[in-house]
Amino acid sequence: MSDIPQTGQDRRRPRRERRLPGSRLLVVIPALWLIVFFLVPFFIVGKISLSQTVIAQPPYLPVFDLAAGFEQLKQDLASLSLDAYGLIASDALYLFSYFKSVQVALIATAILLCIGFPIAYAIARAPRRWQPVLFMLVVLPFWTSFLIRIYAWMNILQRDGLFNQMLLALGIVDTPPAWLASDTAVMIGLVYSYLPFMVLPIYATLERMDETLLEAAADLGAPRWKAFWLVTLPLARPGIVAGMLLCFIPILGEFVIPDLLGSSETAMIGQVLWTEFFSNKDWPVASALAVVLLALLLWPILLYQRAQIRVTEGPR
Amino acid sequence: MRTALRWNELIGATGVTNAAVTDAAPRGALVRFENVTKRYGDVAAVANISLDVMDDEFFALLGPSGCGKTTLLRLLAGFESPDAGRILLAGEDISQVPPHRRPVNMMFQNYALFPHLTVEGNIAFGLRQEGMARARIAERVREMLALVKLEGLGPRRPHQLSGGQRQRVALARSLAKHPRLLLLDEPLAALDKKLREDTQFELARLRERLGVTFLVVTHDQVEAMSLADRIAVMNRGAVVQVGRPAEIYEQPASAWVADFVGDVNLFDGEIAAAGDGLVRVATRTAFQIAVAGSAPVGAAVTVAIRPEKFMLLTQRPEARDNCLPGTVSDIAYQGGVSLYRVRLDTGFVVQAAAANATRRGAVVAAGDRVWLAFAPEAAVLLPPGEAS
Repeated sequence: MSDIPQTGQDRRRPRRERRLPGSRLLVVIPALWLIVFFLVPFFIVGKISLSQTVIAQPPYLPVFDLAAGFEQLKQDLASLSLDAYGLIASDALYLFSYFKSVQVALIATAILLCIGFPIAYAIARAPRRWQPVLFMLVVLPFWTSFLIRIYAWMNILQRDGLFNQMLLALGIVDTPPAWLASDTAVMIGLVYSYLPFMVLPIYATLERMDETLLEAAADLGAPRWKAFWLVTLPLARPGIVAGMLLCFIPILGEFVIPDLLGSSETAMIGQVLWTEFFSNKDWPVASALAVVLLALLLWPILLYQRAQIRVTEGPR
Repeated sequence: MRTALRWNELIGATGVTNAAVTDAAPRGALVRFENVTKRYGDVAAVANISLDVMDDEFFALLGPSGCGKTTLLRLLAGFESPDAGRILLAGEDISQVPPHRRPVNMMFQNYALFPHLTVEGNIAFGLRQEGMARARIAERVREMLALVKLEGLGPRRPHQLSGGQRQRVALARSLAKHPRLLLLDEPLAALDKKLREDTQFELARLRERLGVTFLVVTHDQVEAMSLADRIAVMNRGAVVQVGRPAEIYEQPASAWVADFVGDVNLFDGEIAAAGDGLVRVATRTAFQIAVAGSAPVGAAVTVAIRPEKFMLLTQRPEARDNCLPGTVSDIAYQGGVSLYRVRLDTGFVVQAAAANATRRGAVVAAGDRVWLAFAPEAAVLLPPGEAS
């Protein structure tokens, strides 16, 4: 009775076991990557932020030395303090920089959305054969070095640069205004540099969208603008959220653009961090700034994840 | 083509004309296509079609893919506008009315359910556009869910439903607004066979209960015949025949229709003798066939005989007319019926079908000698033409 089913089972079992080690490895690789390149560095930075500044190499104390024995290690651990965080909280300069960074990132992201969505929409609705070309045009700037492009903007925005020459030629201004070293220049640089990061994810969701859904909406009595509002926009939301995060997060910590195009008096947190590290050699404060920045960045990511879960799991 | 033109005059007696196409529409026409043409580039997807759909009717547009049936549906829904001609809905020209203002709803082939909305949200979508009060919407959504037997699934999302459930949500959504006319684009194509049969009856029941005119597009002749009160058979952008399912099946307007709607054996030939409501056709396969009808001697014709019209005899019958001797070459057992491929003595292969009335199985085996007999009325006299 049992002979035949048993051979069937025997045949099935090894196959299932063979698949398992491979799939485990797939999880291990990214986990290992995260541990080595994110978690470990993060703990090092966190530890430095709890240390004291000294004029030495490295420029902080304590330096953990496992060879010095357990007692020494305990002593070192006890000497860790929140002094660097206290300093950040007490000096308005740091708080102002955080505030400034958040403000710039929010405004830039809003502008990027206003420009990026129509571009993505236009590409997604363009004739099929044109889409790869238009897509390439968006990606094309990446083929030039980022730094060179920002230097080009410095050139364009100079007092006798291309932009002012154009304004003069069109008779919009009489005397050439100064653009460089202003928030406007920073905003121009940011919007220019991050536009592809906004356009591409939105394009990806719009391109995937089933256009018969819009016909269904029209069929059920929704005029075009309403179908856009009730169908296109909600369906593009994952792309919009992804685009906003892809812009907001790096802009918050942006260093190069505000440093090259902005003024020195309104520093963003990236610039302050740079100054603390390289000019003041105050690694603990710089590390503390970085930790706070990360904490600041955590909540939009968490919000995004919750939104994602809501989309995939449905209500409740 | 030359002969086809003469045909309307020639075969008056058999009633094979495009009468239903050219007839003046009775008062009850809900939809009227008047010389409607729609071109895509050089290709006319719909070429000068005139067609009436009656009020409170289950109407089917049947044809192979690319015949223009879906274009006709989209013209009616308003997603396309005609290049020429008019489309009247209840006597009003709606050719230029945008889709969201037409009192017509559509059930899409892929259902086109909004993935970001719940089942309730999908059904309520159209009602919200009307500015209906919240309480009324909730009530109507409940009604519709009960109608399609999906009570309790309201808070689900489309991706959490089975194919059959999605189909019913799509149906509920398209019926929620009480349209005068419901368009159904291949409504059963995505369902498996068993579900399809159930849904067919369900659709017919719903239509009768709601009194909504249904216009269904399908490429499946069985579906069209079992669902519809009337069928328009389309080919290459034109309507080739309009009629009740039985008319289309038993009295096809052309060899193409005969072949597209069901299985058929076609014999080309010409009239050898005529008289007394009976013609004798000399077929190219060398048989003489007697067919009910009238046509002048010498006219080229095609004779169509459905497989089930043959009587499969194992002994030579006494009557000499319409009895084709041959040998069984293949048998396809299908449960209720068996299909027999019979190689006639002339070398021509025909198909015959016989019900398996007893449980003993087929009485004929492959290689057996058989005679295929049929009555003159069982064959149809058609203008010469190509099969589909």
